[in-house]
Amino acid sequence: MKNNLIVSGSPHIHKKESISRIMWTVVISLIPAGIAGVIIFGMDALWITLVSVVAAVLTELILGLWAKKKITILDGSAVITGILLAFNLPSGVPLWLPIVGAIFSIAIGKQVFGGLGQNIFNPALVGRVFLMASWPKYMTTFVKPFNYDAITSATPLAILKEGKILEHISYWDLFLGKHSGSIGEVCILALLIGAAILLIKGYISWQIPASFILTTAGFTYVFGASQLFHGDWLFHILSGGLILGAFFMATDYVATPLTAKGQLIFGIGCGLFTAIIRLWGGYPEGVSYAILMMNAATPFIDRYTKNRIYGTR
Amino acid sequence: MKNLIKEFTKGIIKENPTFVLALGLCPTLAVSVSVANAIGMGIAATFVLLGSSLIISLVRDFIPEKIRIPCYIVIIATFVTIAELCMKAYSPALDRSLGIYVPLIVVNCIVLGRAEAFACKNNFARSFFDGLGMGLGFTLALILISAIREFLGSGQILGHTLFGGFEPVFVFGMPSGALLVIGLLLGFFNLLKDRRA
Repeated sequence: MKNNLIVSGSPHIHKKESISRIMWTVVISLIPAGIAGVIIFGMDALWITLVSVVAAVLTELILGLWAKKKITILDGSAVITGILLAFNLPSGVPLWLPIVGAIFSIAIGKQVFGGLGQNIFNPALVGRVFLMASWPKYMTTFVKPFNYDAITSATPLAILKEGKILEHISYWDLFLGKHSGSIGEVCILALLIGAAILLIKGYISWQIPASFILTTAGFTYVFGASQLFHGDWLFHILSGGLILGAFFMATDYVATPLTAKGQLIFGIGCGLFTAIIRLWGGYPEGVSYAILMMNAATPFIDRYTKNRIYGTR
Repeated sequence: MKNLIKEFTKGIIKENPTFVLALGLCPTLAVSVSVANAIGMGIAATFVLLGSSLIISLVRDFIPEKIRIPCYIVIIATFVTIAELCMKAYSPALDRSLGIYVPLIVVNCIVLGRAEAFACKNNFARSFFDGLGMGLGFTLALILISAIREFLGSGQILGHTLFGGFEPVFVFGMPSGALLVIGLLLGFFNLLKDRRA
């Protein structure tokens, strides 16, 4: 009897949730988008994703061994980084590109700061922006969907940026992913299935995705056309990496604000930057830059949105 | 004599202005795109350091305490002007590619730092060797950073392509690449120091 009494400090109620459980659930929630990517762009998409994941995990393992730290490859966070990086690449890139990107993501984006929980930026986006700045030629050559012979074609957003008129693309095509783009961002349907899993499980909160998407939609509606309040907001929601970014990358636990109010500010900021870059910036797509910029602002948001401690003024 | 050698060598590794003192990072970031630029900048800065350290240590007893910094600046600016005019005369191409960063040696904190921290307290022989060592340390650091950046950013060293089939990593030719390389090298040298200690 005496041995059953355990004296311990709080917390006393434990849930089964753990970092690795959450991370692996995120991996599962990304699978539908991956399958859609493979269907749309062919086996290239699968190889790029696998290579990226393997490179990310190996980098994490080697750096962990070198720094003589606890090996963290089984918690799934490196797997997520690899998948997200691959999802942000066009399917026609040479296979060394995801390898370099994944190594950079894990080494510079994450381990340099001290590993999981310490990184100030989303590692996958750090890798993607590095690749974008280093090899823009590969990163902006997109392959035409359902055409496995690597015929290139511009993304809807790039066509819009050049000032041409979009033809033969309905909202339904955009929703199902029948257009060129990065591997994981094109099929909105598959992404929403994954996002629903995370929302139902409570692993991500609605604040960031909702404020991110609504701000982008509102801003592009107001300023998206030559006349005010005539912008094609639905097009801006469905094209590019907005859905992937809003649900899977802007909700990174480590580099985003802690409080609900802070997360709303974070999402609004992401949405504003995304819309500004898309409408007036030099690049056709701005989701990754927007998230990285708001990652940098996260410590300040956290400082000004602290919850009031109960009993204090 | 042994003392003088110590003053000379400390600037190269133990108190390297870039990697240990973290001084003069602005020109380091700006001119380390190519090894040729780095060598030119290093020579100019070493010349200014040498001259200013020597003169300041000679006149240190005559400079009133309160206006010492303006006096240092005048002396430093004299040598910077000499360096700039020489560079314009003998190597106009280098002058064009270094641009504003040659006149900006006047406010380089390595030069002013050595004047304030060393030359105004030590005799001319020690100041001379301190300036020489610091200048050499700065030049070596610049060459190291620019060699990495030039190779990764354009696949070349001093304008010569090393081997084919290498896809240049454009980002290292940009300012963000300079920050990356300097940050990683700083971390690396701190790691070496920790290991030794």
